Amino acid sequence: MREGLDHWPFVYAAYAMGVIGTVGLVAWSWWGMRRAEARRDRSREQ
Amino acid sequence: MAPMHAFANPARFLRLARPLTAPLLVIGGLIAAAALWWGLFQAPAERLQGDSVRILFVHVPAAWLGMGGWTAIAVASIVELVWRHPLAGIGARAAAVPGAFFALLCLVTGSVWGRPAWGTWWVWDGRLTSMLVLFFLYLSYLALADAASKDGDGQSRIPAIFGLVGAVNIPIIHYSVLWWNSLHQPPSITLGKSEMAPEFLWVLLAATVGFSLLFGGVVLARMRMILANNQAEARLRRRAMEAVDA
Repeated sequence: MREGLDHWPFVYAAYAMGVIGTVGLVAWSWWGMRRAEARRDRSREQ
Repeated sequence: MAPMHAFANPARFLRLARPLTAPLLVIGGLIAAAALWWGLFQAPAERLQGDSVRILFVHVPAAWLGMGGWTAIAVASIVELVWRHPLAGIGARAAAVPGAFFALLCLVTGSVWGRPAWGTWWVWDGRLTSMLVLFFLYLSYLALADAASKDGDGQSRIPAIFGLVGAVNIPIIHYSVLWWNSLHQPPSITLGKSEMAPEFLWVLLAATVGFSLLFGGVVLARMRMILANNQAEARLRRRAMEAVDA
C-alpha cells in the first residue's frame, strides 16, 4: 500500500460506475427493444 | 450445422429469445448484485492490496466480457461470411454495444484500482494499451455497422471482415502480461488452476456468471430491437413502393 491512501473512496467509485453503468445499459437496451417492437406492431396494423 | 441453420429463421429465433430475455436479465442482475454486495461488505481485505482488492469483483468480469464480446463478434463474423447466416450479423451488432461498455468499464475501474495499488492512474504498458485498443476497435466496429445498415441494402460484409481482423487483439491482450514487462499482475486463474484464495475466487466466479447472464440478456434484447426495426422499415418501404406503383 502506497501513500497511506484510504482505499474506500476508490472502491465505492469503481462499484458505483459498475452498477450505474450496467443498470443504464440494461434499461437502455430493454426500452429500445420495447419501443422497436411497438413500432413494428404499429406498422403491421396500419 | 443443422441447429445453427434452424435459427436462420427470425420467427424461430424470436420464439426462443422472447421467453429468455427477461429471465436472463433478472437472474443475472440478482446474482451480480449478491456477488457485489458480498465483495463490498463481506469479503476480507487482502494482505498486500488492502480494501482496494474489492475492485476485483467489478474489474475482472468487465475485462472478461470486454474480451468475450469481441470473441462473440469474431465467431458471428465467420458464420456470417462463410455460411451467410442472416442472424449472425445482427448478433454481432447486438454484442458490440455491451462489449464496448464492459471494455470501457474495465479500463476505468482498472485505472481507479491502479491509483491505490500502483500509485498511478495509468501506464502505457502492453495490457492497458491493448485493452484501450480493444475499446477503440469497438467504437470503429459500431461506426462501420451503423454506416453499413444505413448505406444500400444493409448487406455490407465490411463490419464482419473488420470483426474478424480485430480478433487478433484478443490473444495480444491475454498474453501481454507474459510477453512484456507490466505493472499488471499475470493471470491468477488459468485452466484448472487458481492462485486465488477461495473466499475471493467464489465471489469472483459468481460476479462473472451474473454479469455474463446480464450480457446475454442485453444481446438478446438488442437483437430483438434490430430485428423489429428492420421489419418495420421493410414494411414501410414496401408500402411506399406500392403507393408509387399505384
